Amino acid sequence: MSLKDKLLSSYIAFEDHLEDDSPIHDLRNNAIKVFEEAGFPTKKEEAWKYTSLNALLKQNYSVFPKSEATVELKQVKKYFLHDIDTYKLVFVDGVYSSFLSETTHDSIDVCLLSSALNKPKYKAVIEAYFNKTAVKDSLTSLNTAFAKEGAYIHIPKHKEVEKPIEIINFSTGNEAAVLLQPRNLIVVGENAHVQIIERHQSLSSNAVLTNAVTEIFAEKRAFVDCYKIQNDSENASLVDSTYVSQQQESICRVHTFSFGGKITRNNLNFYQNGERCDSVLNGITILEGKQHVDHNTLVHHMAPNCESHQDYKGIFSDSSVGVFNGKIYVEKDAQKLDAFQQNNNILVDDKATINSKPQLEIFADDVRCSHGCTIGQLDEDAMFYLQSRGIGKKEARALLMYAFANNVLESVKIPELKARINKLIANKIGVSLGFEL
Amino acid sequence: MLHINDLHAGVEEKEILKGINLDVQPGEVHAIMGPNGSGKSTLASVIAGKEEFEISKGNLSFEGEDISELDPEERAHKGLFLSFQYPVAIPGVTVTNFIKTAINETRKAKGLEDMPAGEMLKKIKQKAEMLEIDRKFLSRSLNEGFSGGEKKRNEIFQMAMLEPKLAILDETDSGLDIDALKVVANGVNKLKSKDNAVIVITHYQRLLDYIVPDYVHVLMDGRIVKSGSKELAKELEAKGYDWIKEELV
Repeated sequence: MSLKDKLLSSYIAFEDHLEDDSPIHDLRNNAIKVFEEAGFPTKKEEAWKYTSLNALLKQNYSVFPKSEATVELKQVKKYFLHDIDTYKLVFVDGVYSSFLSETTHDSIDVCLLSSALNKPKYKAVIEAYFNKTAVKDSLTSLNTAFAKEGAYIHIPKHKEVEKPIEIINFSTGNEAAVLLQPRNLIVVGENAHVQIIERHQSLSSNAVLTNAVTEIFAEKRAFVDCYKIQNDSENASLVDSTYVSQQQESICRVHTFSFGGKITRNNLNFYQNGERCDSVLNGITILEGKQHVDHNTLVHHMAPNCESHQDYKGIFSDSSVGVFNGKIYVEKDAQKLDAFQQNNNILVDDKATINSKPQLEIFADDVRCSHGCTIGQLDEDAMFYLQSRGIGKKEARALLMYAFANNVLESVKIPELKARINKLIANKIGVSLGFEL
Repeated sequence: MLHINDLHAGVEEKEILKGINLDVQPGEVHAIMGPNGSGKSTLASVIAGKEEFEISKGNLSFEGEDISELDPEERAHKGLFLSFQYPVAIPGVTVTNFIKTAINETRKAKGLEDMPAGEMLKKIKQKAEMLEIDRKFLSRSLNEGFSGGEKKRNEIFQMAMLEPKLAILDETDSGLDIDALKVVANGVNKLKSKDNAVIVITHYQRLLDYIVPDYVHVLMDGRIVKSGSKELAKELEAKGYDWIKEELV
């Protein structure tokens, strides 16, 4: 049985177990129909031209992990930002782990989507926001159909959340192959501030395919700062679809750090619904071996006097493959816009590949849109400079790679996280430079 | 110390150095002057080991050892230093961290432990004072947004930290106002001893008023066509290079 057929038949059983009065009952039924018609995306679709899921779909995934797996804290502690206090929403094989989590209902809600979907007190928020911004493409629809668990974060207006919120999805590898479909809903009220760190982490070398969907709603003057850490094991693949809906004067920033995993596809979609919004999409991608990372971004400008900034840096070794497909869509009313997109890449080895494709569709006449894309090698003059100071080739290369990615790193606003990412980069590049990068 | 004999080098098919002879002994200061495009910077790069240049003929030895096949970092470990005309910016790596890396990489190559942190700090402080470099400067990203003068001063700071046996200063005077020039030259003079040597590459006599050479060489079209004392530099400043060309005909 193909994975698609398996999912369709699983859905019937899944739906049987749910209560019929769930506010999203109809959404689920509609979503599975979309998936049934569209199926999994293929390379024939323009948006998937450079990324094939075929090899992944051949696995015999367990769609509903059987038993509740247990994970020791000491086994996973290193994946948390443990040097500072954070809220934590931790899921193990798709199931909430109360033992590893730290939730709250104290003036803000940092809790589970499963309870938000079932409890009457959340009904209004669910009805107002759930699935309101997610595009009805096949994979997002598949996630919607099975949407059951994930993070539910609701920050009321004027509330500045003092601790970052970590959302971590572990997979144990207790089963040979597992499909996970976490669903997150994040609603940030007027003038509220929040920082979110998101991570998917496999604890074994067994196959994992995660089809994650996150919806973020930023109300007027809200500030949302989101960091995605992708440093997963070699058989873990991820399709991460994030939809950000912004109201007037809100600022939303998403940083994506892609260092690991087998195939990673990031669909990052921003919708600017009000005036003077600011959207920031930054990424550092460092790949080796046969790793594949595809960044597919969209910034949809609908209102005047807005800004967007995209800065993606990539370093590709061995026969790794990178894709950057960045779209800026400017509607007629989005005048006085300042949109900026930059994608710079270094190919370390001859077999490494980058496909970079900026797409600008502009229907307003008074805007400033700029984009730039570079693909190159490490600068030989710079290498010579470092070597002439006694720094060996390998270390010199590492320093230059670090310098290349530095401006993106500089915009990480949580110092402990920045230090952590620095370490990940140093490990990834494989050098010890005698000082903490 | 440095011995260059009939050195031919270039990029791919194009020969730039066409038979250089040069001997530098410990304690000496040599100046190499010459018009644009004569091969001055190429000579510096070839001595320091830039891969782009291929040596087609001749000898290049340092302290009695053939160094022509060594990587740039191996030459640096032996005590060669090149001050760059255009130093490269390394965002995110501070001046201090960079010099720590350079020193400890060199120590590692010699089988030594890292320099103890206290000793390193003391040395940095002392050399920075000598070159009138303030503390804030040391925590800036290397060469990023530096003025021309700051870049050159930073190059000499690195030289002071690395204490090379032979330093080659490539156009260290360009982009410096007279006060900065004096500070830089003063630093170089303080670092000079009977055991080390300096090669100064410059267009102008100006720097040589402060770093006084024992020998002046004129490089034209890839060859050293004339050598003399410091008086030669003054003559070049007054008369230009044309008279040498005429002399050669």
